[in-house]
Amino acid sequence: MPTKTRLSRWSRRQVVAGLGGLAAYAAIRPARAEAPSGAPIKIGQALALTGPFAQTGLVHKIVSEYFVERLNKHGGLLGRPVEYTLLDDQSKPDVSRTLYERLITSDKVDLILGPYGTASILAAMGVAQRYRKVFIQNTMGISALATYEWHFSALVSGPEPQHTLPNKILDCYASTGNPPKTIAVVTSKFPSAEDMTKGMQLVAKDRGLTEVAFLEYDVGNRDYGPIAARIKDADPDFMFMGCLGVEGNQLLEALSQVGYSPKRHFYLYPSGLLAAYPPADRALSLTNFEDVPPYTASPEGAEFAAAFDAKAKEQGLPYPYVDSQAGNEYSGWQILVAAVTATKSLDDKTLAQWLDQNSVDTLAGRRNFKGKWHTSEADLQQMRQAQKGRWVAVFPQDKATPGVKLIAP
Amino acid sequence: MPHLSLIEQSLVTGLLSGGLYGLLALGLSMSWGLLRLVNIGHFAMALLGAYLTWFMGTQLGIAPWLSGPIIIAAFFLYGIALHWVFMRFGVTEMQSMLITFALAVIVEASIQTLWTADFRRFETPWGRQSWIAGSLYVPKLNLLAFLVAALLAASTWAWLRYTYVGRALRACAEDAPIATAFGINHRGLSFLLSGLCAAYAAVAGLFIALVATLAPSEIWTWIGVVFAVVIIGRLGNPLGALAGGILIGVCEALTMAMVNPSWAPLVSFSVLIALLLFRPRWI
Repeated sequence: MPTKTRLSRWSRRQVVAGLGGLAAYAAIRPARAEAPSGAPIKIGQALALTGPFAQTGLVHKIVSEYFVERLNKHGGLLGRPVEYTLLDDQSKPDVSRTLYERLITSDKVDLILGPYGTASILAAMGVAQRYRKVFIQNTMGISALATYEWHFSALVSGPEPQHTLPNKILDCYASTGNPPKTIAVVTSKFPSAEDMTKGMQLVAKDRGLTEVAFLEYDVGNRDYGPIAARIKDADPDFMFMGCLGVEGNQLLEALSQVGYSPKRHFYLYPSGLLAAYPPADRALSLTNFEDVPPYTASPEGAEFAAAFDAKAKEQGLPYPYVDSQAGNEYSGWQILVAAVTATKSLDDKTLAQWLDQNSVDTLAGRRNFKGKWHTSEADLQQMRQAQKGRWVAVFPQDKATPGVKLIAP
Repeated sequence: MPHLSLIEQSLVTGLLSGGLYGLLALGLSMSWGLLRLVNIGHFAMALLGAYLTWFMGTQLGIAPWLSGPIIIAAFFLYGIALHWVFMRFGVTEMQSMLITFALAVIVEASIQTLWTADFRRFETPWGRQSWIAGSLYVPKLNLLAFLVAALLAASTWAWLRYTYVGRALRACAEDAPIATAFGINHRGLSFLLSGLCAAYAAVAGLFIALVATLAPSEIWTWIGVVFAVVIIGRLGNPLGALAGGILIGVCEALTMAMVNPSWAPLVSFSVLIALLLFRPRWI
């Protein structure tokens, strides 16, 4: 029979070699996670999906949904599928408070993650404290307000960012050998922006900079023309802007209209769009994740960056690239999953005790919670600069994007 | 003491901002003064006009000078329809405020649903361009908005003062039954005026799209200052609306330049209270 004839051609040595090859392949092939089974683990979160913070809320939504999808693809959590409940807090702290009550008491989620924005976080944290839930958040601007002992910050800005950040900015510019001598401080009256701005003023004074202008404006300010005129009039070596969202773009537009371009400029919480705005070229900001090396050097970072960029383009985000906002949300999930995996428990007290004593590997690097109010022990953030329409890491130099240099006069 | 150039530049900026305030106030002032309808929905329609300009410009590739007439005509028809509803149900001055407030909320929610709460910016080649006169920079689009506001205010004033229709409208505002007894078609004229007020909202929206960043909640940021402008400029007075806008714009800009930008929101109502206390003849 033809089949028999064909089989008879195989020698015993060939068969043994083939089986050996199969065994070797089985040993080195990537481990395929088993599909999660059993009752799902419920994780709940409220985000600003509508209202003034919806633009940023959407970034967090994309990350959370991607993380859960990836987690379930890789075997779930403790071998069980993860069921993610996402609610819309409409950018309102009072709604956020109600939704976390609902998540805990009505939806009966096993674990929660914090919402977006300082005010909503504070509102939700009160609920978490009442029900003794571990509370991990990633966007709280004023760490000192997070006094709940089971609160953990996914941010890596350290316990005193209002001191470390201004020093980092000035160190960054000093690294060029031509540090600024005068500073103009422009800030929104939004609480977390004001807090950081006060720190900037104090540090600048300590380091001998002369403050040539201090300009505060209300949230929702419409007219940046007179502010631009005053900055032009003061002509500082360095302009610090304690801004939120598109306020940075608005001031830069007004500055262009009066024919002025800041020599050195920093923006506290800018919209991702800022980098793509031509007058923002050379603007500095903070980061701990972008879709450029060194952040994408790790396989997980590269996978996340590629997946986020694709989803952001699909959802029509104006700046469709991953940045630290998305990275912080991802880190929040990594912290929660690390604690559950290490303790094999969903008990909030057990998780809190573990996080209190251990370090976690996140996209922002290995970090612990030894800082006051369970922030990171040190400020691990980097400086990024808008160059050719994209954010790139520029400082500290060992964390800079390869081939990129800080541009400053 | 601030430099003279800073004060001069702030005066220019304030003057131009005042033009936009005046443009927004024009339709509201006419509706309130001559139709006795307090149309809070005017702000929402202006922002809707801005979003439509942005949408047609960025998504459909229609330039503002082409989309503008389409939006203005559509808004004119909307104004007539709205007034028909008001007439049909006999809406009073106070009721109009509540109904149009609800309308503004509906428009805000619709904008948010259609275009999300993301900030939107209509980038044009002229957005960051200015004319330079000595040490002064005059932003081109803001100047254009000011000139259009001035032209509309002046032509509306002349129309009300020198034409039969304008005089008839003023007569109706004074005493509608008597005006009707003299053969004035009060109903028809009020439809025309309501359509015009909505069209003014569209014009304001066109310029808001060109000079400002858009977000659905922007509707509410204009209300306080524009109401002050309308009252300072006197109800139903187109030139007054422009003058009130300029007064507030200049005062705000000087406050921002000489004191602190955070003081600017106090200006509009402080000026209004001061004027009400001293009661100049025009208020």
